[in-house]
Amino acid sequence: MSERTAVIASRVGLHARPAGIFVAAVGELPIEVTIAMAGEPADDAMDASSILSIMSLGASNGDTVVLRADGEGADDALDSLVKILETDLDAE
Amino acid sequence: MQTLSGKAPFDQAETGRTFTGVGVSPGRIIGSVLMMPHAVREPGVGERLADGTSAEEASAALRAAAKAVQTNLTARSVGASGAGREVLEATALMANDPMLVKAAVKLIINGASAERAIWDAAASVAEMLHNLGGYMAERATDVLDVRGRIVAELRGVPAPGIPYSDTPFILVGEDLAPADTATLDPSKVLALVTSSGGPQSHTAIIARALGLPAVVAALGVDGLTDGARVFVDGAAGTILVNPGGAEVALAEAWETTTAALALFDGTGRLADGHLVPLLSNVGGAADAVKAAAAGAEGVGLLRTEFCFLERETEPTIAEQVAAYRGVFDAFPGKKVVVRTLDAGADKPLPFLTDASEPNPALGVRGYRTDFTSPGVLERQLQSIAQAAEDTQAQVWVMAPMIATAEEAEHFAGLCAAAGLKTPGVMVEVPSAALTAASILQHVDFVSLGTNDLTQYAMAADRQLGTLAALNTPWQPAVLHLIRLTVAGSIDEGNNKPVGVCGEAAADPALAVVLVGLGVSTLSMTARALSSVAAVLASVTLPEARQLAGLALTAHSATDARRLVREKLPILNTLGL
Repeated sequence: MSERTAVIASRVGLHARPAGIFVAAVGELPIEVTIAMAGEPADDAMDASSILSIMSLGASNGDTVVLRADGEGADDALDSLVKILETDLDAE
Repeated sequence: MQTLSGKAPFDQAETGRTFTGVGVSPGRIIGSVLMMPHAVREPGVGERLADGTSAEEASAALRAAAKAVQTNLTARSVGASGAGREVLEATALMANDPMLVKAAVKLIINGASAERAIWDAAASVAEMLHNLGGYMAERATDVLDVRGRIVAELRGVPAPGIPYSDTPFILVGEDLAPADTATLDPSKVLALVTSSGGPQSHTAIIARALGLPAVVAALGVDGLTDGARVFVDGAAGTILVNPGGAEVALAEAWETTTAALALFDGTGRLADGHLVPLLSNVGGAADAVKAAAAGAEGVGLLRTEFCFLERETEPTIAEQVAAYRGVFDAFPGKKVVVRTLDAGADKPLPFLTDASEPNPALGVRGYRTDFTSPGVLERQLQSIAQAAEDTQAQVWVMAPMIATAEEAEHFAGLCAAAGLKTPGVMVEVPSAALTAASILQHVDFVSLGTNDLTQYAMAADRQLGTLAALNTPWQPAVLHLIRLTVAGSIDEGNNKPVGVCGEAAADPALAVVLVGLGVSTLSMTARALSSVAAVLASVTLPEARQLAGLALTAHSATDARRLVREKLPILNTLGL
């Protein structure tokens, strides 16, 4: 199991357009990725390819989230997703 | 009036058939009809899988439908732009969302039909989003929209919402919802016709803003079918099936008229030379530039909340200065009336308004947010003053939702402290109309907001189609409140201006009545400037006063409108 943490950089938090960009990127991956707020048990982690799950997570600007994935290429995949979360997508 | 029967195929026998409704946006046009599909009917509560359908088959059908809806919305987002595109992209992702689909599949495994499963699964998600509040709560509507599309796909019926077509069409439906307006493409829709709704419905407002001919409350049009060829007269409020040569000529004449009407020479005046400055209502710099190009003699209403509607937090002073200056720069040497934030009721701003009020139209809105969020108004006035420096515009400021002279005095004090020289207030609460003389002792001008003045005078919610007949500024009671406001200015004695910046000013016939009542300036959507100017130029001040008298003493709003329109033959000539 690979694991990464990321700090939400978008000013509006992880919803609206930033959430859409993130979910689309997860959807491109051949592996399953979960997302949870830092400190929450891994069992409560949600499907990162679901925009509705991401929105219900309610992650705001500055919050830390944990991404988890298994399988081949998981490390590289998570690194690329962290990069997306740590960019202010709303400003672009 | 008879109605067409069900889905009978359209045929030649219908030729000449006429439907009559309320014309809410002028224009004469011929085109082919596309019907707005009905809202999706809810599947029966507890509806089970049909005999012979396995859970696997139903799940596969659901997944295929979700995928199809996603593909369709994604394809449409490519052709859209701006906010409309973002809405479509986000709803496309929701349509095939794994959480939503998994929840529905679970219900199917427990025996629910695919339609009922997605219905209930989406309801739970929507409720969860609703409970999160704020931005998430607004997205709950998107989930329900997606649900309707998936159910329609499963049933093999057209998706709800505005139909999509490559060729321009006349949209016919029951009424438009606010969400539909985001996906209405004005290059594809020629005219709007609805069987319900009223002059203040969303359909009417969007039609006027886009300059599309529109008829609302046209009973029976639900029976028209896709492809029917009709003539729509948005001033007369009529729809004619299979028009003939006479209508073709009228539609062609309208095209010529609009070209001629597009010209406004920049000076509003009556036939006898009496000046009536015609200004424009704008929501930001882009609007202001268009209004200036259309000949507006200034801005009669800058709706500052439109600069910040999507904001979760109060805009900074620097952001505000930039937004206001863009408008001031479009009108050097001209008057620009800035209205302070009018948040609340149908225009909530998360940093100012409380969404849980039981009766928001009568709640803390407009100027009243200064009671609950002190400081925001002062910082806004400071920003306006700062933006006004180094511009050549004459900057006036007014507060919305003023109810008493005491509030007007307080607002004038805040303006003076910010260094703003021309304070004024909106008259939209009947109490302000009745005490205009006292109010004008504290401020330099008033501006009538006829939309809210009408809803408060008639105690009729602006959004309710069933109360449309009450909700028109042609109501003699509303006209009397306007007359009393002018009388208040006369009593005060310093000839302080009384303007109108509501929808009423954009109705050329009503504009004549307003001038006759003594209103000094009219402010409207830029599209209406030329038609209002053309009609005003056809009457003298004594004639306008006489028409105002007819309207004031009319038995009903309908009579008032009819009596005045009969005396203004130019309306028919121009097709207004």
